[in-house]
Amino acid sequence: MSLSEFLHMGGYAPYVWPSYGIAALVLWWNLWVPARRLRQVRARLRRRLRREEASR
Amino acid sequence: MTPARKKRLMLVGLMIFGVGVAVALALRAFNSNLMFFYSPTQVVAGEPPKGALFRVGGMVVKGSIQRPGGGMTVRFALTDNRNTITVQYTGILPDLFREGQGIVAKGRLRPDGVFVADEVLAKHDENYMPPEVAGILKKPKGMRTGP
Amino acid sequence: MMNFLHRLASPPHFYRISGRLLPWLGAAFALLLVAGLVGGLYLAPPDYQQGDSFRIMYIHVPSAWMSLFIYMVMAGAGLIVLVWRIKLAELVAVHSAPIGASFTFLALVTGSLWGKPMWGTWWVWDARLTSELILLFLYLGVIGLYNAIEDKRAAARAVAILALVGVVNIPIIHYSVVWWNTLHQGPTVTRFDKPAIATSMLIPLLIMALAFNLYYFIALLMRLRLALLEREAGARWVANLLAEEEA
Repeated sequence: MSLSEFLHMGGYAPYVWPSYGIAALVLWWNLWVPARRLRQVRARLRRRLRREEASR
Repeated sequence: MTPARKKRLMLVGLMIFGVGVAVALALRAFNSNLMFFYSPTQVVAGEPPKGALFRVGGMVVKGSIQRPGGGMTVRFALTDNRNTITVQYTGILPDLFREGQGIVAKGRLRPDGVFVADEVLAKHDENYMPPEVAGILKKPKGMRTGP
Repeated sequence: MMNFLHRLASPPHFYRISGRLLPWLGAAFALLLVAGLVGGLYLAPPDYQQGDSFRIMYIHVPSAWMSLFIYMVMAGAGLIVLVWRIKLAELVAVHSAPIGASFTFLALVTGSLWGKPMWGTWWVWDARLTSELILLFLYLGVIGLYNAIEDKRAAARAVAILALVGVVNIPIIHYSVVWWNTLHQGPTVTRFDKPAIATSMLIPLLIMALAFNLYYFIALLMRLRLALLEREAGARWVANLLAEEEA
């Protein structure tokens, strides 16, 4: 099977690939949002911790 | 378990039970509205409202597909293995439309008993298999797919 | 065992253990995902009637299963919230909702993309599709309700009640194709009388289902860690943990 044949999906490419694409997008977004928030929260806490140490 | 917890568990149980009973009663009452389509037998018996738009579901009878005029109009027989009605439709058919396939048609019943559809949807079955297997299974007449 | 559970439920331990667990879970998920995609998109043969369009199944079916499974987890956690008032259960119930909503959304969208070429329509109001849409609204209701109530412990209890009331929808979704005439076909994998799907098509489906299960676990752990850190920002263990990492 050639690559173009594979991508063609027997004529159903306009339905198959968007399904996989949307799934990838939604699943990736669901991990990216909490990961980014966690980084932000940790950075904020670390800054606060340093300030407290400096003022001590 | 403490008495307080037991009481809360009972309350939650009662709540779910109550909602469950209410929903079950509601579903029973609206049962006919939840049916997506009528069967040809129900249509022959005159169950669907006269002159109204409704759906019929069944299997396309093998060898019954005709194209009078050779255009976009098709006529075929639809069966539930007990009764059969004639369906007429003009337009594009879904990829899965073929003889022996389950379909659902939406339209009106003409006085002469022909169901004139303005929408035909294909209903696919729950079997998934490679074409070669399907070919082998089809050979012995009357045998169902699978053991 | 109980001792272990209690230790696990304490925020510092939970944070530490989940942090150590996540890379392994991520690796297992990636492996299963690749295997499932290769199996589903390449190795599995096209269907005898639906051709290659049936490959949407490998997203659609696991997503639909997960939408039901996560709801049951959420409702189970809700029961624990109402009866035993355990904080970790509150977080599990609340943070399962967005993941469950995502899978419900995926099941609906991929079903639509499958329905157009096969059935001939993007959407019909049959019992299966309608009850799955109600499930999406239940998830969104849980998310909205939790955000609308200021006191988060009260909010968790309100969410638990909504989740438990919505449980009646789960058997309706599952049996809708049996109880009523629907355009959606009947169950394939959970049938006992005869195999309705070829093995070469079934195996990628089960692998994808396992991968999606792991994904739920990963996404939930990440959200729980975030929630714990935000809630306990002023606690001693958080300061210790950060100092430890700094060193």
